[in-house]
Amino acid sequence: MTGNAPLRESAAQGGVSPDPARPLAIEARGLIKSFDGTRAVDGVDLSVPEGAVYGILGPNGAGKTTTLRMVLGIIDPDAGVRRILGHDRPHEVAHAIGYLPEERGLYPAMKAVEAIAFLGALRGLPLKEGRRRGRELLERHGLGHAADRQIRQLSKGMAQQVQILGTLVHRPRLVIFDEPFSGLDALNQGRLEAMMRDLAAQGTTVIFSTHVIAHAERLCDEVAIIAGGKVPFAGSVDVARDRIPAQVRLETRAREGAWRAALPEDARREGRFWYFPLPESGIEPLLRALIEGEAGILSLSIERAGLHDAFVAIAGEAAARAMGQDGPEETGS
Amino acid sequence: MSDTREPGHSGRLSTLSAAWVIARRDFVAILFSRAFFFFLLGPLFPVLVGILAGSVGQRVQQTAQSPEIGLVMAETEARRILAAREVLAARLGDAVPRMTLVHALAEGEDYEPRSALEGRAANIAAILSGTAEAPQLTGPRTRIESWRGPVAMVAAQAQAGELAPWPEVRLETTTSSSATERRGRLTTAQGAQTLLFLLTMMLAGMVLSNLVEEKGNKIIEVLAAAIPMEAVFMGKLFAMLGVSLVGIATWGATVGAVLLAGSSVLPTLTTPAVGWPMLVALGVVYFATAYLLLGSVFLAVGSLATTVREVQTLSMPVTMVQLLVFFLASYAMTQPGTAIEYFALIFPFSAPFAMLARAAQDPALLPHVPAVLAQCAWVLLLVRLGSALFRKRVMKSGPARVKKPRRSLFRRKAGAKV
Repeated sequence: MTGNAPLRESAAQGGVSPDPARPLAIEARGLIKSFDGTRAVDGVDLSVPEGAVYGILGPNGAGKTTTLRMVLGIIDPDAGVRRILGHDRPHEVAHAIGYLPEERGLYPAMKAVEAIAFLGALRGLPLKEGRRRGRELLERHGLGHAADRQIRQLSKGMAQQVQILGTLVHRPRLVIFDEPFSGLDALNQGRLEAMMRDLAAQGTTVIFSTHVIAHAERLCDEVAIIAGGKVPFAGSVDVARDRIPAQVRLETRAREGAWRAALPEDARREGRFWYFPLPESGIEPLLRALIEGEAGILSLSIERAGLHDAFVAIAGEAAARAMGQDGPEETGS
Repeated sequence: MSDTREPGHSGRLSTLSAAWVIARRDFVAILFSRAFFFFLLGPLFPVLVGILAGSVGQRVQQTAQSPEIGLVMAETEARRILAAREVLAARLGDAVPRMTLVHALAEGEDYEPRSALEGRAANIAAILSGTAEAPQLTGPRTRIESWRGPVAMVAAQAQAGELAPWPEVRLETTTSSSATERRGRLTTAQGAQTLLFLLTMMLAGMVLSNLVEEKGNKIIEVLAAAIPMEAVFMGKLFAMLGVSLVGIATWGATVGAVLLAGSSVLPTLTTPAVGWPMLVALGVVYFATAYLLLGSVFLAVGSLATTVREVQTLSMPVTMVQLLVFFLASYAMTQPGTAIEYFALIFPFSAPFAMLARAAQDPALLPHVPAVLAQCAWVLLLVRLGSALFRKRVMKSGPARVKKPRRSLFRRKAGAKV
């Protein structure tokens, strides 16, 4: 890494500052991009530690793709700075990066193995080596039979897998997936998740954008939430979840009694259950008051907030609703 | 690709290496596609249509040409006339009209020459009647006036019976006069220029369709993320140039074989000032620069278009401008040493045509060096501009734009009565 220091100062937005000892795969400060007078990205900051699985969450049109394109040097920001693997010019480290764009694309007449080798060649891998690794990867992922078939002869899902393998064939240090799960069935989504975990285990930095929070919740160490071209939160998933107090679910035998005074004002009742945020004083004083008030506790559980709840709280209901309308994958996996 | 990296591992690509990756892929993909086979056959269709039209035209012409004079006279008189015509035709060739006996008059027969002209399918354009001493020509005014002299000459010969002695003209041949040579070289220059223009226009459009196809495949973002856009553009341009040169070589070899097989149809062009081998070499160089210049403009245009229809709309003005540029270069060729010629030689889009024409007319080779270098610099500049435009215009995403309501001349005012 070269010259990370000047960019580190405002690393986290509403999250926690990244560990200064940990090198950053991506740093971006104040990225701004407008298209025809519409501001698509409005001052985005990102700090992605090396070796992390990092999720960029946001509804469609939030600015995820534009941010990634700026980081990768596909387009230049109107303002702001970005550094990728320590370089200001992303193409200088293109050989160490893998990128799967949101809009998948391969040459229809190319054979699968040639397509993988070509994607590797674009990143500096010799064609011969690319073909060898391509066959190996296809075999390993159950697509060996498709190696010599043209892309146009493959199903959409298979072609997408071929492109994913092409993204990895040159063994990049940093892999960026833009909406990688869209277009994949549940089985292949699971396989892709496993592949991402494997990559991370090998020390590869994995960044992916998604509008499906479940994927981020399962995979990510850290996330950035993008809404309306801004990043209201960037930090660890735990910190995001901790933003919402844990929820208490209480079931009592008695319906009325002195114990009710122990419940917070915003407690709501649904059938036999009471729901309310865990009081700041903790669970013990509450338990004591319930017992002394003869509530007759049948069950009591403390549920930690999910990333979805955190996202709703951070990005706002509107963004959450937008994500809910984004497509069938929303409920998947 | 970089030679410094470890074998089997990826390393940073220079712009040229990246362009090579693109060029290699495009070249191989196009060369082994069915489309290329049809592309090679492409010029065959106009040639076939031309041959067909030519043979039909020739037949029509054959039927219509060679108008003859019909003889309506006594048979002995007709023989005198025909014999005299043969004698003169041997000396004067086609200047003497063809003649044929239409009707031999019997003694005392009264025959109206006009009737011999009516309803005849043959090429009888006029009727010669009377005798060699008093010939009468009947036919349309323009025709009989043009034949008046030759017919009188034939009649005079028929009267004389023998050929008068003609003095021998001594002939001394030269290879060419300076006027003939200048004119011949101008024709050669014109031919070279036209061929260059036709090839450039025909082939440069391929770059456009290639880029639009790329956008359709959505692979362009993968390319843009991995290598500089300049490399993508350069790779595409050089791949298409390579494909074009393969096409030209194939067509050239075919045409050459055809011409050698039937050497009688070999066009007789004056040797250009720099000689044929050098003109061909310069032709290849100037084709490359003209192709790259026009191709880079088409690439920039292609970057703005998303559909083939848009491509056609956007490329039309470019084609028209290129046509004007060709006319400029053609005109400049006839105006050596004028400001127009210098402008055509300097202006990047006309320079390849003007310089090739110059090579046909002027033996100096040195001016071609700076010209080629300048054109290469223009290609680089245009590629940079095109790729910058592409990055700016194409890779857009983000929130959908809210369309601002436009004022319309025909918009009904609120509350207006219907």
